[in-house]
Amino acid sequence: MSPLFRPSADLFAELNRMQSLLDQVFPTPGSSIRSMAGAGFPVLNVGTTPGTVEIQALAPGLDAAKLEITVDRGLLVIAGERASDLPNQGERGERSSIYANERFSGRFRRVVSLPEDADAARVDASYRDGVLRITVARRESALPRRIEVN
Amino acid sequence: MTNAVQTPTPSTPAETARQQEQQRYVVPPVDVFENESSITLLADLPGVPRDQLQVRVDGDTLVLEATAVASGPQDMELVYGEAQCPAYRRQFTLSRELDAGRIEAQLRDGVLRLTIPKAEEARPRRIQVQAG
Repeated sequence: MSPLFRPSADLFAELNRMQSLLDQVFPTPGSSIRSMAGAGFPVLNVGTTPGTVEIQALAPGLDAAKLEITVDRGLLVIAGERASDLPNQGERGERSSIYANERFSGRFRRVVSLPEDADAARVDASYRDGVLRITVARRESALPRRIEVN
Repeated sequence: MTNAVQTPTPSTPAETARQQEQQRYVVPPVDVFENESSITLLADLPGVPRDQLQVRVDGDTLVLEATAVASGPQDMELVYGEAQCPAYRRQFTLSRELDAGRIEAQLRDGVLRLTIPKAEEARPRRIQVQAG
């Protein structure tokens, strides 16, 4: 990982990442990738192309209009809230039992530190099939350029 | 490490690890709740389009299998990845009073909602007391 491009200051995500790295090196029978569900919500993948920085957030079941995405001083923040889909226990008339409650609910906030050449003015975001994709353009000057010798 | 240790037999840890690698999948988190008429199951399957989702009932086993579609530019280089396995799989055992023939499935924004109705005779019924 490039030192310029630290994923986030999220300590728990970092711990989980280390745990999952350990799991890859020393696979223990029965350990599932399920433990990665605790990596934080939403789960993030970050990639780069020569012209852009791509952030992919696995955030199923959200209202795209209520997502707050901000870029401030090189930090990209994805924040929002995910409502619980479980039935309200207090409702009268509807008797229900809950057997599993594994899906995340509540407020979330994740921070990605962008590389220095990221252009905060050119950020695109789209949401499809529960995946939020954010594309941050990099400044032209950062692109490799061929210099002609006269 | 000596050569003797590395002699490949089907049961070596390395072989097992390779097989596990081929069958790697994510167990999606679920919510399950029940009311008087049905059981509802919600599963997080981000990145899965409708045609990549398979819900099947085999005997009394309900199996969810799905594949997330990789989106993103071809020349992208991953610098940080928390989710790198596109396959999802999870299975459940259905109890007998559930009507597997009438399961309804709905996939929206990466969340699968399965409604499994209970068989008519298994629903709680209020018995009217006749006066007189």
